[in-house]
Amino acid sequence: MPEHLLSPGHTACAGCGQSLAARLVLDAAGPNTIIVNNTGCLEVFSTTYPDTAWEVPFIHSLFENAAAVASGVEAALRQSGKLAEVRVISQAGDGGTADIGLQALSGMWERGHDILSVCYDNEAYMNTGIQRSGLTPTYTSTSTSPAGQSSTGNPRPKKNIVEIAVAHGIPYVATASAGFPLDLQKKVKKAMAIRGPKFLHVHVPCPLGWRHEPEQTYQIARLAVETGLFPMIEFENGKISGRYLIVKPKPVEDYLKPQGRFRHLFKPAAEAALKEIQELANRNIERYGLLKTAGS
Amino acid sequence: MKDFIEGSEAVARAVCLCKPGVISAYPITPQTHIVEGLAQMVADGRLKSQFVNVESEHSAASVVLGAVAVGQRVFTASSSQGLILMSEVIFNIAGMRMPVVMACVNRALSAPINIWNDLQDSMALRDSGWVQFYAENNQEAADLIFQAYRLAEDPRALIPVMVCLDGYILSHGLEVVDIPEEDKVTQFLPPFNPSEKLDTANPKSFGLLAGPDYYLEIRHDLHQTVKDALTLIPDITADFKRIFGRNSGGLVESYRLEDAEMAIVSAGSVCGTIKDTVDVLRAEGKKVGLLRIITYRPFPEELILQALAKVPMIAVLDKAVSLGASGPIYADLKAAFQGKPGKKISGYIAGLGGRDITPDTIKEIFKQLAGPEVSDQFIGLKN
Repeated sequence: MPEHLLSPGHTACAGCGQSLAARLVLDAAGPNTIIVNNTGCLEVFSTTYPDTAWEVPFIHSLFENAAAVASGVEAALRQSGKLAEVRVISQAGDGGTADIGLQALSGMWERGHDILSVCYDNEAYMNTGIQRSGLTPTYTSTSTSPAGQSSTGNPRPKKNIVEIAVAHGIPYVATASAGFPLDLQKKVKKAMAIRGPKFLHVHVPCPLGWRHEPEQTYQIARLAVETGLFPMIEFENGKISGRYLIVKPKPVEDYLKPQGRFRHLFKPAAEAALKEIQELANRNIERYGLLKTAGS
Repeated sequence: MKDFIEGSEAVARAVCLCKPGVISAYPITPQTHIVEGLAQMVADGRLKSQFVNVESEHSAASVVLGAVAVGQRVFTASSSQGLILMSEVIFNIAGMRMPVVMACVNRALSAPINIWNDLQDSMALRDSGWVQFYAENNQEAADLIFQAYRLAEDPRALIPVMVCLDGYILSHGLEVVDIPEEDKVTQFLPPFNPSEKLDTANPKSFGLLAGPDYYLEIRHDLHQTVKDALTLIPDITADFKRIFGRNSGGLVESYRLEDAEMAIVSAGSVCGTIKDTVDVLRAEGKKVGLLRIITYRPFPEELILQALAKVPMIAVLDKAVSLGASGPIYADLKAAFQGKPGKKISGYIAGLGGRDITPDTIKEIFKQLAGPEVSDQFIGLKN
């Protein structure tokens, strides 16, 4: 067996959070896995004909249909009695999950297929040149929501795809981060032990799109969690069952400042916007009970 | 066994005999009876299959793509808007060389919304890399299902096949249909066992990104394979006749063309009406005939040239239109006869959105064919 099931030598950028997370996910899932991938960076950098980086069966069809293709893969395995031994992962970026792929994903969850869906969320359409998606955070400057004289960047909040997943009544929903590899792999193993639809939302920095140094990927991923901007939580059968507790939340500026996509927020005129982002983090901490207290 | 059944049931029973492991579809009129029938067969345990109820046609096509990639025989069906919503996946299925078989119950396209028959939906997908069969009647619709699987899954082909049948006229129209015994189907259709599939014991990647260095060759291979089906289809129909005892399907059908001075070229159920009208006109001493296109993609150009070699006046009756150009079959026929002088080839468009094509419509076309050559003459327009 190769050292990793997503082999090195693919064409991802240096510091790519998605390639790191995808390797961790698949290594935790193991070799008896079939990967179904939406169109996006991950598919492009790992499968440029005639090469492939995948040491497991891999199929890519279109941008929005991985969840439906995976449903077919799962149905075929069920029909041939192989579903006990072979597991299916359907994976996509934030656009492929929460925008163009949401309908197929919702259908897959609703039908109860035994599939783990993974969203590698780098918070914009990176493969096409950093355009805004439904998971782009408030006040992010992207190529289609640029900051400018009369704009502070993306005007809308990040869609809560996690609670959308929970609302489907599926048995396991969790968030994870490229900055917490062991936690990520633990959640994959937990998800794979559960039959039915599972959803794992993984926060993955993109040095190119977020405009930070490649060596900062890990640290920036951690800061998103430690500020409360990206809550690491788990839901089992609709109820919150796990959370990464923060002793003393870091100010959001720590997370925002190293990233070029938020540079415009550090001008005097953007003070209110910065405050609003801090409030978003505060609200996350309160909503999901992320603060470590003496009793927790 | 002979039964008086609608085309949808004929197709559903033929599909059931082919034992697909995964079926997926989304409701749309007039296709629904086919998959309702299959759902009942699964519910009754007569068909051991996974029936996946999806949230759109786009997903129906995607589900069967995923399932066939694992090595299961699959089936889906759609019509009109559903087929057009599927179209992104339709192209993808062919490009990925997935031997999917589907039924298209032909219906008009919106707008205006219209649930009745014409061929605009499947004709719009003629460039997708799918083989397209057009059935004349319910028996042929059922028989083409068996032939579709046989062709799609042939290791020399591995291309998807669409069996087109006219909405309502066939799908909801009752005819006597001979549904074959299971052992004959088993004899005709070997088990589906693709050499390339998603298999953890032999991991392979499907659906790769191919740049300018490879794409041209890959598309050429697909184009050539679809064209090569022209040589596979006659063998399949010959074998079908050997086992089932009847002529059904094939590339084209010539009807009373021997000494014809005028011929209509068309496809689908309207050809039944044309045959009857040809008989009437022949009885009146008029030398007329029909060339029916059964396989529209790949386009059987050589056979068409041969069949019409001695016919000086040809009318193409399209139940579809490439808006701003002409009927699609007309355009193909003109291209086939390019550089071959001495022919009058006129294009007529009729029956869109379920407007009846009667024997009088056919007579009108023969009458107009004697007049000036036209390319996109609509027949039966009201003032």
